[in-house]
Amino acid sequence: MTVSAPETSVAASIIVVRNLVKQFGRFAALRGVSAEFGAGKFHVILGDNGAGKTTLLRALAGLAHPTRGEISILGKTPHEACREIGYMAHPSLLYDEMSGAENLRYFARLYDIAGDERCDEVIRLVRLDPELARPVGKYSQGMRQRMSLARAILHDPKILLLDEPFSNVDVHSAREMVGLLKGMRDAGKTIFVVTHQAALLEGVADEFVWMRAGQIVERTAHLTPDALTPDPPRAGAQ
Amino acid sequence: MSSLRSITLATLTKDIRLEWRSRDAINSMLFFSLLVVVIFSFSFDPNAEESREIAGGLIWVAFLFAAVVALNQTWARELRNQVLDAYRVSPAPANALFLAKALGNFILVSVLEAVMAPLFVIFYNLRALGPAWQLIPVALLGTWALVVNGTFFAAMSLRTRSREIMLPLLLFPISIPAVQSMVEATRILLAGDGSARFWIVLLLTYDVVFTTACLALFETILQAE
Repeated sequence: MTVSAPETSVAASIIVVRNLVKQFGRFAALRGVSAEFGAGKFHVILGDNGAGKTTLLRALAGLAHPTRGEISILGKTPHEACREIGYMAHPSLLYDEMSGAENLRYFARLYDIAGDERCDEVIRLVRLDPELARPVGKYSQGMRQRMSLARAILHDPKILLLDEPFSNVDVHSAREMVGLLKGMRDAGKTIFVVTHQAALLEGVADEFVWMRAGQIVERTAHLTPDALTPDPPRAGAQ
Repeated sequence: MSSLRSITLATLTKDIRLEWRSRDAINSMLFFSLLVVVIFSFSFDPNAEESREIAGGLIWVAFLFAAVVALNQTWARELRNQVLDAYRVSPAPANALFLAKALGNFILVSVLEAVMAPLFVIFYNLRALGPAWQLIPVALLGTWALVVNGTFFAAMSLRTRSREIMLPLLLFPISIPAVQSMVEATRILLAGDGSARFWIVLLLTYDVVFTTACLALFETILQAE
């Protein structure tokens, strides 16, 4: 197993993380994470529960403020770069009482997107119907995840941060979402996916980033069989 | 500025739509206020003069307690599915969210007051002996005083474990000057003890000070973890 993926640490780094520490009280969720991530790549973040994957993603999105260390996204802080970031969390970040289109129209206003065309376009992109009047609360889990992805890509961000996008989604829908994400990566987007279903992304992802106990312990180009075991690789800590 | 206005309007419209569909807050507020009116009218039977002395306190305390229901609901909606995070990662100004929430609560509490005021008049046999028109600025400024601080403190207690308890603990002490102004002004106007101008100016000052403070501090509250 390779120790690192040097091709992602080239000049085209879109995200630079330096000595990132995030503490919740006495618990350190991130313990000095340092990494550079290349533009236009598909990064998959893996690790056991509590490894710090979601905290890292939330820190990149600007939702978790670092206790120490710094994050640079396109040379800016996450807050300054918010127009370039699309964030999809484990919960849907949608109002259950409104339809998908109503939700997107509201979020479009937050990004100064005028008109309904872009909303309809992204809803179709995730293979849902913009005319669907049913409230999001009555969607199936798969539909909700897709609508959540539509919300994340609404403002056409350069960077997508996706936390467990395939959880509780059937295999067919998950494969559809993977195809969609692959298309976005091919179109130049930088994608980060936190998932426990790494096998879905083998052959699609450019890099697998392994986390353990709040640190990145390994970056590999392929998902090797031993990587599919519950414990991530331990050798080659950064 | 146009972004602030358009996002405030979009958020306000969205909140009114959500409230219209669920009617969570308005139903609870109406039911609570109605209970206060009925229970107090049965508990003691004041004559018209006594009513004028106590009605100001009774009305505003009922509205204050009822407003807490709406204030909690407003933010609880943003916690479901962590929708607030979608706002936090967007470039939308924090103050647009605050203003929309405060205006939404103002509309809700004003509707409640418009519905309940005639009932108070009937149950307590009220008739203003002073300049009744001054009740309008008292109601508008008083309601804004309640909701602006209420919206702020409800957001502040959002991430605490017992936010339903925390909100009154934070809100009620800081609302004492506003509640006293509302109660005194209403009493003066109902009893015909002169003009309530002093209390109206006090309410206006309170509103300006606290609205400014809330707008200055809200971004810190929104971005807090």
